[in-house]
Amino acid sequence: MNESDILARVKERFGARVLAEYTFRGQTAVTIAPETLRELLLFLRDDQETQMDWLMDVGGVDYLGYGSDEDERDWRFEVAYQLYSMGKNHRFRVKVAVRDETVEIPSVWDLWAIANWEEREVWDMFGIRFTGHPNLRRILCHDEFVGHALRKDYPINKRQKLSQPSEMILCEKVEWA
Amino acid sequence: MGLESSVNQPFLATRLDEVINWGRKYSMWPMPFGTACCAIEFMGVVSGRFDVSRFGAELVRFSPRQADLLLVMGTITQKQAPVLKQIYDQMPDPKWVVSMGACASSGGFYDNYSVVQGIDEIIPVDVYVAGCPPRPENVLGAIVKIMEKISTEKAADWR
Repeated sequence: MNESDILARVKERFGARVLAEYTFRGQTAVTIAPETLRELLLFLRDDQETQMDWLMDVGGVDYLGYGSDEDERDWRFEVAYQLYSMGKNHRFRVKVAVRDETVEIPSVWDLWAIANWEEREVWDMFGIRFTGHPNLRRILCHDEFVGHALRKDYPINKRQKLSQPSEMILCEKVEWA
Repeated sequence: MGLESSVNQPFLATRLDEVINWGRKYSMWPMPFGTACCAIEFMGVVSGRFDVSRFGAELVRFSPRQADLLLVMGTITQKQAPVLKQIYDQMPDPKWVVSMGACASSGGFYDNYSVVQGIDEIIPVDVYVAGCPPRPENVLGAIVKIMEKISTEKAADWR
């Protein structure tokens, strides 16, 4: 299938629950609400026509201060799921609209195991919570880090030092100035 | 060192420093802490064309407990900082530190939330090497600078 066929198939099944769609240079994406996420991803994974067996990446986007009046987006964050079918050799992108940081979106770590780490990265960098995640801890920044570094309102000059030895050092405690 | 019987005591104290420093400066054992492209440049330093063994520092050790020269080559993130500190603490005295390249010395162009803005925030540094990455000659120059520093030290200053 090419991506427009996948888009048609998704729209046929989910109809008005597809909030937005776009195609740019052959890349097709749909935007949906968090309630639809698991159902849509499970459909794309298990449907015989799409067979999206590989979740390539999960990424966050912060649209704070983005665009202008004609920008009709009324949510701040998006979480983007890049899907690929190894058998069919086609790709598709699903974006979830996240109104603000109080909204939690469902974890999909039980559909693709890699989502465990990818969702931890989105939590670490954007502060978006995933319900049902087994281990939602920071993955890149150290545990003492306060805030979320890739949010647009994170101060660019803010420095956060690691004052305690990391868990990765299993030896005796280091004197840490 | 068996010299006490043949030389006057006051004279011996200064000579002992010179003998020890002479031995130390021509047999430094480097421990490479390579995290980025500077470590690739260090491969050139130890290889035939530049040949750090001309300065007696060719015995690269990968255990800090066997090394006395710590070469920090590359970007150090905040998360990695305790590891570097731990490795420095594990090295026996006397020990010296070379901060190689812009990232290790100042954070380089990684002026961001996750990178240590110079390893001297964590450990003492003896010589900074400029460059991104520095030429191998610059690293040899840093080793010569360490040698000059060693020759002015007193053995009793180290534990």
